[in-house]
Amino acid sequence: MRKEPVKIKELKASIRAGNFDEVVTGYLEDEALLEAARCLQCKDPTCIAGCPVEIDIKRFIYNITKKDYGAACTVIREKNNFPSICGRVCPAEYQCQRACVLTKKDSAFASKKAINIHFLERFAGDYGMANDIEAPKMPDRSLSAHRVAVVGSGPAGLCCAGELVRYGIKVTVFEALQKPGGVLRYGIPPFRMPRDILDYEIDYLKKLGVDIIGNTIIGRTKTIDELFAEGYCAIFLGLGAGIPSFLGIPGENLCNIYSANEFLTRINLMSAYKFPEYHTPVNIGKKALIIGGGNTAMDAARAALRLQNMTMQASDTTIIYRRTEAEMPARRFEIEHAREEGIKFKFLTQPVEFLGDDDGFVKKMKCIECRLGEPDGSGRRRPVPVKGSEFDIDCDIAVIAVGLKANQLLISVTPGLKTDKYGDLIVNKDTMETSLKGIYAGGDIVGGEGTVIEAMGMAKRAATGIIERLRS
Amino acid sequence: MKILSKQPLVDSKAAKVSLIEVYSPEIASKAMPGQFVVIMVSEKGERVPLTVVEKDTAKGTIKLIFQEAGLTTKILGAMKTGDYLYSLVGPLGHPTEIKKYGKVIIVGGGVGIAEIYPVAKAMKEAGNHVTTIAGARSRELLILEKDLKGTSDEFYAATDDGSYGRKGFTTDILEELLSKGRYDLVYSVGPIPMMKRSSIVTKKFNTKTIVSLNAIMVDATGMCGCCRVTVGGKMRFSCVDGPEFDASLVDWEELAKRSKIYENKEKHICKLDKI
Repeated sequence: MRKEPVKIKELKASIRAGNFDEVVTGYLEDEALLEAARCLQCKDPTCIAGCPVEIDIKRFIYNITKKDYGAACTVIREKNNFPSICGRVCPAEYQCQRACVLTKKDSAFASKKAINIHFLERFAGDYGMANDIEAPKMPDRSLSAHRVAVVGSGPAGLCCAGELVRYGIKVTVFEALQKPGGVLRYGIPPFRMPRDILDYEIDYLKKLGVDIIGNTIIGRTKTIDELFAEGYCAIFLGLGAGIPSFLGIPGENLCNIYSANEFLTRINLMSAYKFPEYHTPVNIGKKALIIGGGNTAMDAARAALRLQNMTMQASDTTIIYRRTEAEMPARRFEIEHAREEGIKFKFLTQPVEFLGDDDGFVKKMKCIECRLGEPDGSGRRRPVPVKGSEFDIDCDIAVIAVGLKANQLLISVTPGLKTDKYGDLIVNKDTMETSLKGIYAGGDIVGGEGTVIEAMGMAKRAATGIIERLRS
Repeated sequence: MKILSKQPLVDSKAAKVSLIEVYSPEIASKAMPGQFVVIMVSEKGERVPLTVVEKDTAKGTIKLIFQEAGLTTKILGAMKTGDYLYSLVGPLGHPTEIKKYGKVIIVGGGVGIAEIYPVAKAMKEAGNHVTTIAGARSRELLILEKDLKGTSDEFYAATDDGSYGRKGFTTDILEELLSKGRYDLVYSVGPIPMMKRSSIVTKKFNTKTIVSLNAIMVDATGMCGCCRVTVGGKMRFSCVDGPEFDASLVDWEELAKRSKIYENKEKHICKLDKI
C-alpha cells in the first residue's frame, strides 16, 4: 500500500486565473483506485463520526476499491443526496479527514497523510452523475399523506427536502430568487462549483419527487399562515444568513465598493462575468482590495482576479486581513489556490476609511497596522491597532467580505418566532423546532455562518424532528 | 408572469413609456401602494425593480409602467401581449403608510408619476384632501393625467418647455402651495434632483416629506446591499428598509453618485444591437 496520498489534478494557475473553469479537475479512475486502496478499512472507523451527516465512508471507499463505483455513489446517497456538491465544497480537513485514523491525534486539521475522503466522494458522485445511477429505492411510503413546505433552496433546504421525500412526504421548496441553490448558486463561484453539477444535483432531487417553486418570497408573496392553510403540516426554514455586514467606516458607500454578497451574486447568479451576453454588469478595476479572511473573501478575490485578467490581461488583487494567515478562517486549500493564482495578502491591516474622487468612486483605502493581542471570544488572537501607523493603499474597487447577519424579512412578519441577540432563530437542538409549533429551521439562520455540510447536518436533524412529529 | 395587455402611454422620439398588465394572482392579492416587484425579461436579463401601479385582485393581475431607458426596459418595450416575463417576484419593500393625515400634496415627475398614482388614490380613499402636482419635460410625456385628476381634489401640471400647465418645475408649484397654506404631508417621487428639491422646499416650511427611492438593486431582499443609502447618518437598504424614507434625512449627493455606478456599462450594452 502506498503511503503518500494521490495528489488531485488541477488546472494550471496561469491558465485558470483567466477563466471561470473548474480549478480542481478530480481523480481519474486509476487515481481513485490508488487513493481508495490506501484506506485501512478500520474495524472501528473514526472518520464517520467526523461527518456531520454520517456517511458510511468506510463502505463507500471499499466499494471504490472493488471498482463498484455505482454502489459507492449509492452508499453516499443513503446519507447525503449531494455527493458531487459536498465532494467539492466540504472543508473535509476539519471534518472526516481530521477524524481519519491517519491524522495525528489532537491535530487541529487533517494530516497530509489522511485519506482524501472528499475527493473520493466527488469521484463517486461524479461517476453516479455521468452514469445516471438511479436513486436508491425508498420502500417506506408511510408518510405519503403529508405535505411539508421548505423555505429556501440552499444547502439546508435542499438537504431537508431530500430527507423528507424518502418517506413519501410531498415536499415543496420555495425559493425567492429565479433559480434554486441558494448560496451554492449566488455565493460559490463556478470555478469551485460548476453550474452543470449544481443543476444535476438539484434535478436529482426533483426526480425523487421534490417540487421546487422559484420567485416566491415567503413572508411577502405568501405568509407562513397561508402555507399552513394550504395544507402543509410542517415548515422548514432554511433562510440562510442574508444581510451583509459592512465595516462601519467613513466612505463605505462610495461607488465600486461592494459587499461580497453583491459582488458574487452579480458574478455567480447573474453571470456578470459574461457581460454583455448576460445583461447584469459588474465593475472591475486595476487595483482590487478584498477585505476579510474567510472562504467568501477567497472566492471574491479569485473572482476579481479572473475578471481583471479577462478584461485587462493583468491582475492586481490583494486580500486585506487584520490578523495573520494562521488566524484566517478560510480553508488552507483555498488560500493556497488564491496565492498560486497571483493574489497578494496583506496581513495585520485594518481599514479605517475609504477615499474617493469627485464622481464618488473609490480611489484609496486608509488603513492602520495591527499587532496581535490576547485571544478573544473566538479563541483567535485579537488584532490591536498600532497608534500612528496609518497609511493609504490605492484601489479602484473594494469588496467587503466580513460576514453576514440573519435576514429578518420573514422573521419580522411572523410573530412568535423567537431569535437570539444576533437575530438567529432559536431552536430545540434535538428536533430543530423553533418557538412556533410545526416550524423547524436549520443552516445559517440557526447557527450563524457555517459550512454547507454543517447546514445539511442541521437540516437532517430537522427532517428527523419533522418525521417524528408526523408519526406521532 | 404572462403579459395580458400592453398599452403605449408615450410613443414619441423623446421617450417611450408603456403600461403592461401582468398575470400574477399571488402578487395581486398582496401588493399595497408603495410596494414594488422585481422582473427579469429573460434568463440572461438583469433584475430590475418596478413599482406596482395598480392591481386587480379579481383578475389576478398587476399593472406596471416603465420608460424605455436601459437594455431591460427596451426589451420589455419590445415584448407583446401573450409573452411571458422570465421572472417576477414581489411584492417588495414596505407599503406606504396610508392614513388620514389631512391635507396631502403628492408630487410626481417623469415616469415617477406612475409611482404616485397608487399612493394618491389610497390617500384619497383614506379621506385626505389630495393635491397632485405632475411634471414632465413636455406635454406629450405627461402620463396618467386623467387618472390622477380622478383621485385628486386639486391637480397641477408643470412642463419644462411650458407646452402644458406651468412652465417650470413641479417644486415651483409645491413652494407656492406651501407658502399659501398649511399641509400635513408631502409625498414625492421622480428623478433624484426633483426629490432633492422637494426636500429643500419642504424643509423651509417644516412639512413632513416622504420620498420613494429608486436605487439600483440586485436581489431586492436585503441580501446584497447594492441599494444602500445614507439616511439620517445611518446606512439603510432601500429594498428592505425602504423604498420610502423621510426626504429631509436622505444623503442626496451620495444617492445621485451611486445611481451612476454602471453608466459606462449601460452605454456600452445599449449600443450593442443584441435585442
